[in-house]
Amino acid sequence: MIIGPSGSRQLSRRSLARALFMAFLLFPMVCGPGMAGGESANAEAGNSARDRARHLLNRIAYGPRPGEIDMVVRKGTARYIAEQLEPASIKQPPALEQLVAKSPALTMTPGQLFMNYGRKPVMLAAGLKNEATASKEARENIQKQIRQNYMTMYQQITDARLMRAVYSPRQLEEVLTEFWFNHFNVSFDKGLDHIWVGAYEESAIRPHVLGKFRDLLNSTSHHAAMLFYLDNWQNTTDKPLKNNNNDKRPGRFSGINENYARELMELHTLGVDGGYSQADVVALARILTGHGLVNRGGARMNINTNMNMNMNRAGSGSQNALTSVSGYQFDRRRHDFSDKQFLGTVIKGEGQGELDKALDLLARHPATARHISFKLAQYFVSDKPPQALVERMAAKFRSTDGDIKEVLKVLFASKEFWDGSAVASKYKSPYRYVVSSLRATDSVVKQSRPIIGFLQIQGMPLYKCLTPDGYKYTEEAWLNPGGLLQRIEFATALGSGRHQAARPRQTGTELLVDIAGIAGASKTGQVITNSHERLKTALVLGSPEFMMY
Amino acid sequence: MDRREFLKTSAVVSLSCLVPGLSGWAYSPAVAAGGGGKSGSRKLIVVFLRGAADGLNIVVPYADQDYYRARPTIAVNQPGKPDGCIDLDGTFGLHPVLKPLVSRWKEGSLAFIHASGSPDATRSHFDAQDYMESGRPGVKTASSGWLNRMLQILPDNHSPIRAINVGSTMPRILQGPASVASYEPKRGGRPSVMDRPFVASAFAGMYEGRKDALGEAFREGVEGHNTLKEKLAEEMIAADKGAPNVGNFKGFGQQLGSIFGKDRNTQIAFLALGGWDTHVNQGAGRGQLANKLSVLGQGLADLANGLGSQYKDTVIMVVSEFGRTVKENGNGGTDHGHGNVIWMMGGPVRGGKVYGDWRGLDEKNLFEGRDLPVVVDFREVIATVASNHLNLSSQEVARLLPGYALPSRKHTSDIIV
Repeated sequence: MIIGPSGSRQLSRRSLARALFMAFLLFPMVCGPGMAGGESANAEAGNSARDRARHLLNRIAYGPRPGEIDMVVRKGTARYIAEQLEPASIKQPPALEQLVAKSPALTMTPGQLFMNYGRKPVMLAAGLKNEATASKEARENIQKQIRQNYMTMYQQITDARLMRAVYSPRQLEEVLTEFWFNHFNVSFDKGLDHIWVGAYEESAIRPHVLGKFRDLLNSTSHHAAMLFYLDNWQNTTDKPLKNNNNDKRPGRFSGINENYARELMELHTLGVDGGYSQADVVALARILTGHGLVNRGGARMNINTNMNMNMNRAGSGSQNALTSVSGYQFDRRRHDFSDKQFLGTVIKGEGQGELDKALDLLARHPATARHISFKLAQYFVSDKPPQALVERMAAKFRSTDGDIKEVLKVLFASKEFWDGSAVASKYKSPYRYVVSSLRATDSVVKQSRPIIGFLQIQGMPLYKCLTPDGYKYTEEAWLNPGGLLQRIEFATALGSGRHQAARPRQTGTELLVDIAGIAGASKTGQVITNSHERLKTALVLGSPEFMMY
Repeated sequence: MDRREFLKTSAVVSLSCLVPGLSGWAYSPAVAAGGGGKSGSRKLIVVFLRGAADGLNIVVPYADQDYYRARPTIAVNQPGKPDGCIDLDGTFGLHPVLKPLVSRWKEGSLAFIHASGSPDATRSHFDAQDYMESGRPGVKTASSGWLNRMLQILPDNHSPIRAINVGSTMPRILQGPASVASYEPKRGGRPSVMDRPFVASAFAGMYEGRKDALGEAFREGVEGHNTLKEKLAEEMIAADKGAPNVGNFKGFGQQLGSIFGKDRNTQIAFLALGGWDTHVNQGAGRGQLANKLSVLGQGLADLANGLGSQYKDTVIMVVSEFGRTVKENGNGGTDHGHGNVIWMMGGPVRGGKVYGDWRGLDEKNLFEGRDLPVVVDFREVIATVASNHLNLSSQEVARLLPGYALPSRKHTSDIIV
């Protein structure tokens, strides 16, 4: 049962969560505790099919749930990979789909979210036009409601992400959603992005995680959340505005803003050593002028400079502003129409389409193929991925025009991916540690907030990475003494059934030891064998072996 | 392989009440070679006022009539008038609730740098805090905070509480490879599983014999946990009912002061205080801002007292991401501005002076016609503290503040005694 924030939503959330819980109990893929001692004996014997299955589940999923190692052994790793590469072929538990469907933070458009969860509707509901004339009490109420909206948004998007990561059988899709969101990071904590992050992941990231890289570039560069996060919504030509006699422009539209242009090359595509110059940054910034938010800037940039998107005054544009899935709008009046020399190519100053040409150049650039391949290989294989593997992936990236699925096929079939040196060689990120713990113990998540709070103190708050480079997926980034002790604390609470967020349904020691890949003869195995029964689950979850994957 | 080579990270540390991170292993050749001690027992404490504190109502330009014109309802009165500011130098006055700090001003260990801050023009809290913590204005992808870079440069004394962060989440300013201990006052007193011998020994059995990075991290974590626990045991018992004052800087000031006082190996500490974003009803000599300042002022006074003999080796720097508009807004508050005031306190500070280059509040002298300009780059202040207080070489200052070239005219060159 998920317990939401106190208030009217709680009841419906509860019944929803109950449905979710039932669905997972009945979900056929999870075989339950049917395979006790005998199976782990096989693992101890070094059954390589089991080891391979565990490794695969550790990498293309968030670790095995009880029964899944057997499932992959039965099915074969090749078939499991093939299925995961076609997530639509895997049945999603209806309860998960319902959870998403009932979360406005994920299903509404940016415009709708603004009109329902922004400052404006709170003011309107309070019957106020101008905050300045309101009483102190009224202002406090408004602030309270805005904070409540903020919490609601965060609760919805973190609930959905966590539940999908733990329970979705489309595990690769989840693992890739984390990867691509992080690659095209936006932060919940930056202003309006707190109402748009969920919609961004849902519409700009998820549909493309196994698609073409060029599509991800397109969807992220044309989404309100990204345009706001990296300030491009303000990016405006520094030349005189067209059809604007007195060239009156509000301060925030005062000129070129290079932020997004720079990160688009340095982080999203070419990489820091990708061979572009400052002149390319400026050229791309000029190409990006006028690419902004619906109903902001545009026709009303001279009229209304504050954060309000006043739909009533927007005339015919209002419908688009509300229905636009991306919240993106091109404002040609703020665009720089000069010709640009970008990456050695002249892009004619034609307006909106310039960006498509620039994105084509970036997506097809060999540096992009290498950069993306490196990051994928680091995420899936090793902190220092073998150069030969990266090269083979990059070659496939180039020959398939950035087809992510094809690149991943190369990766998952590679000898580097399956090499013994890769097995259990990566230190789990806080997010992976938590999700894999909940999966291994087949836990019922009662409320997500303490788990989200744990990620915060671990330094990996969900959706709140401040900087556009996203989180690192290396041991260097996450292994530290304080963090390790915090994990042991978490493991002890969860393993002993005292964690307020989740309750394990599976605490059979042999099964957990098998999932964690702990050898019976190892020091860890001996300590667990000799320890008190009530401590065993905690010890497995807090073991050195379970920190790795 | 040396542990320093594979365990070079801090991220987050904190466990129940107090958990230190790695015991400082930012490798320092000078120390390893036995040539350490150049910075000796010098310390730096940074207090970050998140939300953009209104510097013009903290160090008040009471002699400037433009100040009173711009702020008809929220200006702090001149000295001698009701709730008037405390005269500092005939030009500036200190907000009246900061009275506990006046003795430090008089003894010459409290200074201010007015019209200072980050040169980046952003008025976003998010970006401005990021820049001030990375020490790299305008660079969005700076990977470490400047205090962490400072730790990497300072001689490593291998104390598990060499650097202390107050709070549960490692702030940007301390992120990076050097290790930092976390101290979480509000969780004080709650036992850790590592304090339960039965549990601790089982985990120790799994980790302690390991020669890899995991074993190393575990041993360091337990060692640090125990060190800080011992150091604070006395303090916890002495404090009211065994629990530190929740979310109250006053109580914290005493505690942090005493940690420093007891452990001479703590070099760096950081804490952030929120709630300074006074868009509405900020008040003047009394009111919302005054209430916050009162806690801060008393906390800093307590911190100075708690430091005891260490005060003479400590610089306390108080910063905020940007200042607030010169003019008050329609809600009795102020909006996001630009220049602000930086506070400097401690034995090594040449105090009793407001540093900088004050140009008045006439509109023509304001940034974009509305905000206090940034005349003194906050990095100049950091550079001065780094070189004159912590004895960093100019090459080391360059590593501390990449991309920053010291101006030819420094406003703070004599701020450290």
